[in-house]
Amino acid sequence: MSVLSVRNLSIDYVGSETVFHAVRDVSFDIAPGEFFGLAGESGCGKSTIAFAISRLHRPPALIRSGSRILVDGRDVLELDEAELRSFRWREVAMVFQSAMNSLNPVLTIEDQFHDVLNTHTGMSRSAARQRASELLGLVDIPADRLNAYPHQLSGGMRQRIVIAICLALNPKLLIMDEATTALDVVVQREILQRIHQLRQKLGFSVLFITHDLALMVQMSDRIGIMLEGELVEIGTAQAIYHAPQHDYTRKLWASLPRLTGEQIAEGAGQ
Amino acid sequence: MSDTAPVIALDNVSKIFGTPEARVYAARSVSFALHPGRTLALVGESGSGKTTAARLIMREYRPDEGRLLFRGTPVEGGSLKAYRRAVQMVFQDPFSSLNPAHTIRYHLERPLRLHQPALKSAERRAAIAELLARVKLDPAAIAPKYPHELSGGQRQRISIARALAVNPEAIIADEPTSMLDVSVRLGILNLLNDMKRQLRLAVLYITHDIATARYVAEDIMVMYAGQIVEWGETESVLGNPQHPYTRLLLSAVPDPDRRFTDTRFDDELSRIDVIRRQSAIAQPDVREVGKNHFIRPMPA
Repeated sequence: MSVLSVRNLSIDYVGSETVFHAVRDVSFDIAPGEFFGLAGESGCGKSTIAFAISRLHRPPALIRSGSRILVDGRDVLELDEAELRSFRWREVAMVFQSAMNSLNPVLTIEDQFHDVLNTHTGMSRSAARQRASELLGLVDIPADRLNAYPHQLSGGMRQRIVIAICLALNPKLLIMDEATTALDVVVQREILQRIHQLRQKLGFSVLFITHDLALMVQMSDRIGIMLEGELVEIGTAQAIYHAPQHDYTRKLWASLPRLTGEQIAEGAGQ
Repeated sequence: MSDTAPVIALDNVSKIFGTPEARVYAARSVSFALHPGRTLALVGESGSGKTTAARLIMREYRPDEGRLLFRGTPVEGGSLKAYRRAVQMVFQDPFSSLNPAHTIRYHLERPLRLHQPALKSAERRAAIAELLARVKLDPAAIAPKYPHELSGGQRQRISIARALAVNPEAIIADEPTSMLDVSVRLGILNLLNDMKRQLRLAVLYITHDIATARYVAEDIMVMYAGQIVEWGETESVLGNPQHPYTRLLLSAVPDPDRRFTDTRFDDELSRIDVIRRQSAIAQPDVREVGKNHFIRPMPA
């Protein structure tokens, strides 16, 4: 069974005079352990989908009736507040682009782990400290950094800490929305390699959202291409790259300068 | 790298921050030249000194060591206004580099008034129309608009038109496409290429996106911890990187033609790990590793 099934998802941003159809009848599945990429340009609806899966969307975003988001068979759109509290972090955890800036500046790293672990599992201070140092180890940060404050750590370290917090309750699905976009490529590569290994070890699935198409092909098992709210093409990463079916996908590749091999033609993709 | 005389040259320039006891070299013995009709790319990670190099060229910083040369003459004490006309900048963020309270016409009119005060109002109007056409925007439709009415790509075209308004000889473009979508990005890169060829502009293209650097730049420099560690013709440097940092950087750049599981990155990382931790050490020697291709070897 799929970890995530999105079925006929439509989301509108409702204004006083106009309605903007941000997501139009989108359906896709993510299998256990699968790395699924969602690609598209600014405003295509990819982050709107990510927010809906975590039930983090707020008015004026409105999910249209008939839409279903199933996580392990349970419809996320039907959950009440209490059920949501146990659903978030435990089933689905999300890393944002600016997540490294969302750590509380006046709490130590240990306190921030304790906050999540105590709230969701009632874990004691000493057990939480033990679990936190294990989790830091997963993302290659020495346990002595537990006593540090966020400003004492680099952006890459802070982003890795947020990822470690996201893994604290062994979620089934990790959503990464431009999670490494603000980082240098070397740091990005280190973090994504770690995610790649952890996914194999812990078995979680990843919904990977980025505008970096080269990175998406490199990382993903399968990719969905979004255009103006619609999922226009879906396939394995290699098929999307080597044999794109949709005109828009072809245009995206034609406008992407190459690092190696033959360069794209000037004036292509216009 | 080119037979023409450079417009701008940095000659062993250093910029030092910090205290006398703890000196931090934001730029250390940086030398390069910008030639008419050529693009030089400057790549490197955050904090490597790319923007410091741009600020030194724009004369926002004065070099603590070394000289900045304009058409072969040291600029120190020379006219800032004439220099700023000749050397124009295009910034990363097209959303904050235009004034939201003014129309596009106003943005283009101001440099014309400042640098060509003799122009009559009809001539200015014609010059604005010509500039907008040059960056492939419809003059009648765009001139009366405000920045918020334009897309990111259109705004970046306005930034380029504004730079061109004063007939510059060199353009310093600091991450001009990193905030734009893929399909819009290529249009801006093509525009920079056209300007370089048609107007014989010397372009410094600062970026962390090495694939786009390969697309626009004849020559490339890799900066690391304030120093240019490898430089040369783009195809040679990217095709046959010799400095351990360049090799690491290239192995980390996402490349759809390489699977994520290949181990090149780990190999390069293990080679450079020790050196990364002592990043501020000077690398004074220069070695030629190919035709027009140089590195500063890491100290053993």
